[in-house]
Amino acid sequence: MSTFATEHAGGGIPLYMKVWYALLALTLLEVFLAYKGMSVGLMLSILMGLSVVKAALIVAYFMHLRFERFSLVLTLIPMTVLCICLFSVFFADSVRLYDLRWPR
Amino acid sequence: MAATTVGQASASLWQGGASPYSISSKKLGMWLFIVSDSLTFGALLAAYAYARVSSENWPTPFPIYPSIIVATVMTFCLLTSSITMVMAVLNAHKGNVKATVRWLGFTMLGGLAFVALHANEWFHLIGEGLRPFTNPWGDPPGSTPLFGASFFTCTGLHMLHVTIGIIVLANIARGFKKGTYSADHVEISGLYWHFVDLVWMFIFPLLYLMSVNRAA
Repeated sequence: MSTFATEHAGGGIPLYMKVWYALLALTLLEVFLAYKGMSVGLMLSILMGLSVVKAALIVAYFMHLRFERFSLVLTLIPMTVLCICLFSVFFADSVRLYDLRWPR
Repeated sequence: MAATTVGQASASLWQGGASPYSISSKKLGMWLFIVSDSLTFGALLAAYAYARVSSENWPTPFPIYPSIIVATVMTFCLLTSSITMVMAVLNAHKGNVKATVRWLGFTMLGGLAFVALHANEWFHLIGEGLRPFTNPWGDPPGSTPLFGASFFTCTGLHMLHVTIGIIVLANIARGFKKGTYSADHVEISGLYWHFVDLVWMFIFPLLYLMSVNRAA
């Protein structure tokens, strides 16, 4: 058994059940919003915002990151979020690849 | 040997000899894998979102029944399998072998239900004429061929992850029962399982809810 296993501490079953209820409620809210008439950009933003909240709940509680040392959180999360944001920002630039082909 | 005691915060924390994260190397390895895998899915979903927003004629082939209701049930299966995985980890750390194996079994059942429902959805869509580079929807039909490519790539890669997760959990359950795997192994396989759940939290709204057929 690892030395670290004894350090396993965190929320109890009631806390995990609350997170599960919240995730189910957010999923139903997303389905409800999908049937509201709105622009594609606005719907994408709202659904992604709710999904980020769900992902944060899963990472913090189910994956236990909230109860780990903060240095681990700082190592893992900001870099991942930054890289994914950069994907989204620079993806449109990849279309330029077609113009870089030689010979045309 | 006080300086080498793992998990002890001290002035020499970042000078070697101590574990700055206070987790096992196996667990750190799984976290790093999860980060790299999240970048893979992040790239796929960013590409999809770009194609979706920039296409005026994107197909909306998913009616409330069966597609959206079945996809919501699939989400429920994955979320429930995550809570059963949490129960398995809690019991593993308490040393309850029987309860751990039982909760791992429930987790695998949730995953199997997800894969079965998803495979059924795939066959249904293929039957309607959806292919990776063409589809019968849009005006004119098939004018947005990227729909099939993005749908099959994102959901296919996710389904592969769920299938691998079920195999891993079966192996961990067998090993934990025999005593060859520790509670640490159960917890680390749980991290992977929760990550698979997390990815679906993005695929479900992006691929399904952004393509609902409101008229049906």
